[in-house]
Formats: sequence, structure tokens, C-alpha cells
Amino acid sequence: MLSKRIIPCLDVRDGKTTKGVKFKGNVDIGDPVEMGKFYYEEGADEIVFYDITASSDKRDIMLDVVRRVAKEIFIPFSVGGGIRTVEDMRSVLLAGAEKVSVNSAAVKNPEIIAKGSKAFGSQCIVLGMDVKRVKASDTIPTGYEMVINGGRTYTGIDALKWAKEAEGLGAGEICLNSIDADGTQDGYELTLTSLISENVNIPVIASGGAGSIDHIHEVLTRGRADAALVASIIHYETCSIREIKDALHTRGVKVRMTW
Amino acid sequence: MIAIIDYKAGNLKSVERALNKLGYPCCITNDKAKILDSERIVFPGVGAAGKAIDDLKRMGLDRVLSQAFQEGKPILGICLGAQIILDRSEENHTPCLGLMEGEVKRFPSPLLSFENEQLKIPHMGWNSVRVLKKHPVLPGIMPGDEFYFVHSYYPLPDSEDHVIGKTDYSIEFPTIIGVKNLIATQFHLEKSGRAGLRILKNFCNWNGVYAE
Repeated sequence: MLSKRIIPCLDVRDGKTTKGVKFKGNVDIGDPVEMGKFYYEEGADEIVFYDITASSDKRDIMLDVVRRVAKEIFIPFSVGGGIRTVEDMRSVLLAGAEKVSVNSAAVKNPEIIAKGSKAFGSQCIVLGMDVKRVKASDTIPTGYEMVINGGRTYTGIDALKWAKEAEGLGAGEICLNSIDADGTQDGYELTLTSLISENVNIPVIASGGAGSIDHIHEVLTRGRADAALVASIIHYETCSIREIKDALHTRGVKVRMTW
Repeated sequence: MIAIIDYKAGNLKSVERALNKLGYPCCITNDKAKILDSERIVFPGVGAAGKAIDDLKRMGLDRVLSQAFQEGKPILGICLGAQIILDRSEENHTPCLGLMEGEVKRFPSPLLSFENEQLKIPHMGWNSVRVLKKHPVLPGIMPGDEFYFVHSYYPLPDSEDHVIGKTDYSIEFPTIIGVKNLIATQFHLEKSGRAGLRILKNFCNWNGVYAE
């Protein structure tokens, strides 16, 4: 059977990573290529590079990062942040990424999912979802609303409805980020994660809130996620990928144990 | 020189990068003479069987692959390249290359797990392979090693003799198949970390002889 995936996420701004202050050894903390390689060798099953570069005229810096990463790591990696058009997708995939994730741009223009999956295959297209808990209403029956622009803008779109629509348009995977849980290290949003995962037939990567191995365990079991995105917990060395996988394996979760 | 067959089908560059990392000279090419001159052939691919076969035929590469196979040149198929070497595919009832007898099947739907949960298709992510036979491309591969998959169809050779490894996803299906100088993996060797690179490296050192 498929293993549950552990996926480190690296935020990249102007070609430099923004987290990872406590790296041991000779790893250049600021270099996404070095950090990607480090996690590849540590047993990551996939890596997400998220471009938080503000200005779009610096896009080429990210493409250069992607090209250099592709020469060093031989597991799938995806690139998100600032992807607005099918041409943006094409550049990132040609540079060597396995997958590309779209977030705000897909909410504003859902056609990009259909066009992207037609051009490159569904398996390349990850739908990034930023979600906030709100009061349930007629328009937001689940009480989970899609937000965009880093959580600042409410869209009036129900998260579950959007997930299903995006699946229908050809999204191959969902990266589901709870804005409420993000950065708290209090655990993933389990209700949201299981709600989405049980109602779509594409893999769901849970994101936001990992502070301990217990949190990762519960989102992969009770939360029914196919994969867990991890950031601070490994960047700040609360635990290593090996420790996460050892613990999950001991508790009966199937994870890839050799690399 | 290793020839990576260029028929506009996806993961060519990632295969090239992996071979470069391992230090083996390679080129992405659709030049018939160059392919037939090469020491060995990698035949990758993602996407739909029908389009792939059409493109191969249009470029005359179907005949080149058959000739190279007859001549005993080591050939490695990856993903779609492990499927369309068979006789035919259920994917739009496409006739394929026929280098190995058998058919490409779609996963049954719905596909239910042991716990009666519906499994997701495509089969995407890391899974292990149960190796059934020794093969020159497999030294260094351990029982727990996992590989990266993305596919909705799988190869089913007519003869169990050609099935070298199988993978379990509710059903058990062939994921390493081989006959004579042809070996193929349903999983992406170029995206499967150390284990994938090891098979790729073994292939690069294989003389194409395999006694079943």
C-alpha cells in the first residue's frame, strides 16, 4: 500500500530560504538548494518550495533555484507561490519541478486548473487551499471559507465546494492549509482535513499547525490526510524526519523507512 | 552513450539529470541512427498511450525500438515506457509496440482497501516492490525500499516469467517486468531517491544478458 508522505516546506524569498536558523553541519542555511538536498538525504518523501518573493520581476531568481534543485534531488518536488498563468506553470515544470501549485490565482480564475491539467497532466497540478473557520451559513455550509492573498481576503466560497469543483476541473492533489492552525504549532485542523479528504478522491496534504510528532500522527490517521506538510518542526529541529518516521512506523502508520 | 528516446513525452529531462548525476553520458534524441548506434536505450514517458504510440510511429521510432530490441541492446522502459512495450492497452484500446506479450490494464474502479475504504486513483506516491526474481539491475535493492509511482494503468504480461517485481495496492500488480535485454519499471526511477538511482546505475552497467 502507499506510504504516508512527510513533506518539508521551504519558504523562499528572493532566492533565499526564510527559516532554518539552527541547522547543524555545513548546510548553508539561506540556500534553498542546500536545504532541499539536506532534507532529501534526511528522508523527505517530497519537498515543497514556496516562493514568497513579493515582486514579480524577480520570478527568474526562483526559476534558477528550481533548475539547481532539480540537479540535486531525485524525489518529486513542487513549486508554489506567484503562479498566475499556464505559462508560469510551464516555466516551473520545464525548470525541473514535478508539480506546481496554484492558490489565489485558481480562486480568481478556476480555468487555470483545467488548462494546466490538460497541458501537463493532472498529476502536475496541486491546488493550494487557504482556509479559515467561520460561522456556518447558507453560502458557507461547512463553516470553512476559502481565503486568499495570504489569508487577508475572504472569498465567500465554501472550502468543500471549492475542493470538489477543483477536483472536477482536473486538480491532481490538494494542499490544504488551515490559516487558523498555521504557525500555532498546536496541531493540524483535523475536522477540516478529514472533511476534505473524505469527500474528494485525490490526495490531500495537510498543512499548518504541526508542533509535535503526535500532531503528525493524528492528522495522518484521524485526519485521514495522505501526507503531512512540515515546516518549523523540522527547520527548528524539534525533531528530524527520521524521528518522525520512526515514531509513525512504530505506531503502525506505513511510511517509507529506507532512503 | 545512452540514448533517451525523445518523443515529446514528459519526463525526459529528469531522466537526463539523473544519468548526469550518476556520471553516464547520455543524450535526448529522436535520431534513428544515433539511437541504433547508442550503447543502451532509456525509454521514458508520461501521458496517454494512444498519443505516445502515434508520436512514436510518426517519427518511425517504433521500428527503431523493435530493431534495437532484436539486436540485444539493453533497453529500459520507465512508467508509460513500461506499458506501451506490451501488445495493447485498455487506454482507448490502443495497439502498442508488442516487444513483450501482454496488455496494459486500468485499475478496477472502485478499488477498495482491506478495510473497505475506497482507494484513490491514480496510484500516486511511494510504494514498495516485492521482488520475485533475480535480475542484473536489482543488486543493492533491499526488501523495504520504496519507489515513486504516478499512474492509473499498469502492465500485465501474459507470462509470469516476465514479471520480476510486484506492488500491492489492494490488488497486486506487476511493476518490474523484463524479457531478454528489455527491462521496465512502472515507477519513476529518476524520482525514487537512492533506490531508483541504484537501479538506473545497475542498468547502465548491464550487458543486456538475462537468463530467465
